[in-house]
Amino acid sequence: MSLENMMIVAAALFAIGLYGALARRNVLVVLMSIELMFNAVNLTLVAMARYVAPAGLAEDLARNIGGVLTGQVFAVFIIAVAAAEIALGLGIVFAMYRSSGTIDLSDATQLRN
Amino acid sequence: MLVVDVVFWVLSAAAIGAALGVVLVKDLFRATLLLVVVFITVAGLFVMLSAEFLAVVQVLIYAGAIAILIIFAVMLTRDVQRGNLPNRIQIPAAALSALLLAALVWTAVQTPWNLIEEGDQAKVDLVQTGSVSAVTDEDLAAAGFDLRETGAVRKAGLADLLIGEFVLPFEAVSVLLLAAVIGALALVRPRIEE
Repeated sequence: MSLENMMIVAAALFAIGLYGALARRNVLVVLMSIELMFNAVNLTLVAMARYVAPAGLAEDLARNIGGVLTGQVFAVFIIAVAAAEIALGLGIVFAMYRSSGTIDLSDATQLRN
Repeated sequence: MLVVDVVFWVLSAAAIGAALGVVLVKDLFRATLLLVVVFITVAGLFVMLSAEFLAVVQVLIYAGAIAILIIFAVMLTRDVQRGNLPNRIQIPAAALSALLLAALVWTAVQTPWNLIEEGDQAKVDLVQTGSVSAVTDEDLAAAGFDLRETGAVRKAGLADLLIGEFVLPFEAVSVLLLAAVIGALALVRPRIEE
């Protein structure tokens, strides 16, 4: 359990989420893949908060120790933003379902045609 | 191998396997349940990284609210679902994902990370493992702090950071949530017939 191992796991989750967001037709699967990417980023941030020393820690620890949990604070913000985004994304999915009767992205070509 | 390494590999394998299932499994409801598995294994990884508060927040909000919302959406759009189908660009997308994975792994392994040194680890642990406000003077002295300069340590916990140094992003996220609620209401409002 080291920083590199955690980052490799997070990179794998991110790549899988990226494939799902690009290559799937169902809107809900795309939203779930975006949530996967958010989780991967959170994992990277928390791993860095655990292992990486903030700037100036080696020289003056007592003064610069406030930056140790910065990664976790950022992860809290990302969780809040992800919650807001999924709520609105699902609202858009419902609007799409009501107006065109499908949730398949290959059929959502109104802007193209 | 230590027990902690075994637990890490088991949680990582479960997370990556469940993530592959989310993207590839045909039935959408199973994919959502596998997404819940991903959320909970990532919460387990957070606990291993001494971020217990974040692990609880992850389970509460991701597995407890976001996953339920997605299950609602899956259930309400059941009649037009054709399953989890790939679209036309799946081969280039897979290639791009593999390329990105290689780039990220190479970056993670090659960068000389500025890691916390062994001697500082005991002091940093006081901040990282839970409630800094409950830290006593004996704990500070045992970790090696000079008792005259411990002001910054007592203010280094998550709550102090959120209301202190990061108060501007905190308020900005509040405004974002307000905008999200208003936007959601605008989306689901029934149309007024002319």
